[in-house]
Amino acid sequence: MSTLTLTPAPGAAPLPRMVLAQARMESRLLLRNGEQLLIAIVIPVIVLIGTVVGADHLHQLRTERPIDVFAPGVLGLAVMSTSFTSLAIATGFERRYGVLKWLGSSPLPRSGLLLGKVGSLLMVEVLQLVVLGGVAAAMGWHPSLDPVAVLGAVAMLVLGTAAFASLGLFVAGALRAEATLAVANLVYLLLLAGGGVVLPTRWYGGFGHVAWLLPSGALGEGLRSALDGGGFPALATLVLVAWTALGTFLTARTFSWE
Amino acid sequence: MPEPAVEITGLTMRYGATVAVDDLSLRVERDSVTAVLGPNGAGKTTTLETCEGYRRPQAGVVRVLGLDPVRQRRELLPRIGVMLQAGGAWSGVRAAEMLAHVASLHAHPLDVGMLSDRLGLAECGRTPYRRLSGGQQQRLGLAMAVVGRPELVFVDEPTAGMDVGARHATWELLRELREAGVTVVLTTHYLEEAERLADRVHIIDHGRLIASGSPLELTRGGSHATIRLVVTEPFPPSAPESLRAALGAGIEVLPVDAYSLVISGPADATTLGKVSRWCEENGVLPESLNLGQRNLEDVFLELTGRPLETA
Repeated sequence: MSTLTLTPAPGAAPLPRMVLAQARMESRLLLRNGEQLLIAIVIPVIVLIGTVVGADHLHQLRTERPIDVFAPGVLGLAVMSTSFTSLAIATGFERRYGVLKWLGSSPLPRSGLLLGKVGSLLMVEVLQLVVLGGVAAAMGWHPSLDPVAVLGAVAMLVLGTAAFASLGLFVAGALRAEATLAVANLVYLLLLAGGGVVLPTRWYGGFGHVAWLLPSGALGEGLRSALDGGGFPALATLVLVAWTALGTFLTARTFSWE
Repeated sequence: MPEPAVEITGLTMRYGATVAVDDLSLRVERDSVTAVLGPNGAGKTTTLETCEGYRRPQAGVVRVLGLDPVRQRRELLPRIGVMLQAGGAWSGVRAAEMLAHVASLHAHPLDVGMLSDRLGLAECGRTPYRRLSGGQQQRLGLAMAVVGRPELVFVDEPTAGMDVGARHATWELLRELREAGVTVVLTTHYLEEAERLADRVHIIDHGRLIASGSPLELTRGGSHATIRLVVTEPFPPSAPESLRAALGAGIEVLPVDAYSLVISGPADATTLGKVSRWCEENGVLPESLNLGQRNLEDVFLELTGRPLETA
């Protein structure tokens, strides 16, 4: 039997390897958690099917096909669930259980931890995109796939992730874990219903202008417009960049690791 | 002479009005096991966390492996291993998965399987962290601290909540680490742990260093020995006073609790005779009367006038 050699041989792994390991670890934990899986995959699928099937009773659609209106919004909802709600809850409990504290003593630098978190969000979002895009395609969704549309949609997904992640980290870094859990779920539900992400903002009447300026509204409108062949969503880009700047500023000012 | 593993000079840390660490200075030599011993709230964890770079010294200087733990954090962290007093792992992560993850953050980690075997973690490798017993969580924490093959490990209360078997396995690993050239700094409020494991012991109370030395140096107080008197009925309040008077000068009487006290001085036949006569005259029925060398508990008692809570 070989023995354990305890002689010191310290050293950090290369940064890319650490970041990848962290990203894989976090996405695995996220997908293992039942509640997180519920809001990452199950609820968006239900919302997609529910809205499309129930569209006849909405009396809001003009000439558009329901799937073309709701599929982009549901992708936006999926981004919101992962980068805001799941990230906030996971990070809140990482603070609670001393995970962030312990990692602070490991060779993984804070920047690497953040990159790992971004990586894990992207991994989960790719999975969501495949599942939800597949369901939508099976329901007859034909998004515009010209280069400007694809670029616009990718910009929306990335900037939406950045905006919601910065806000999610703000909540997780400032509140206790239980309060984070409550706030992250409540905000998710409020934005799902009234944030203009799944339902177009023009359906909200006067409030639609406000909803447009929310990160959820900008993300939903930007995705709908880009994937409907409406060109690059410049205004939505501006709104999401502004929210990212605000979220990053608030997080940097208030985040506590313990 | 090589630089010390840890050098703390005049460290002071306050939380609001509370002084947690008060002008503390101590050195930890390399390749040693050093115990920082003291009651709960003595400032042990704060001192350790300052060495680990979590807290910036409010006054004084801390150097770990010659580095400033705050400003040279990135350079220092890969070289040290840290075991927190509690937590540090995700609640849903499996034990083996966590250890493998920590190993992947290091350049030359230990073999995860062998380390798990060594610490008795192999059988709970697939168990989520939240379902591990307290002792298993402690052992995983220790494994996380050493898997990266550090030069120096800080372990905060490593065996709190462990059963006897796990405690001995942990001590054995810490001894082997020292043999292999790793410096071990541990905090503990277990006297036995400090006495049996440590090359050097620093006793801290109210944030101040009150004694330093090897367990032998600390307990060898000259010709001093101790007599521990335990009784069946609580002592009358005046007992220490009257016993002190009966024994005469040069002999210290220290109450431990209502049922026991420690007599410290030349433990010869004369002293023993005086103690039994005092018992007879005061109607005190001894349950036990033990004569022995001083241990760290006696040292702590003499230095602070109160027993070290070992709960």
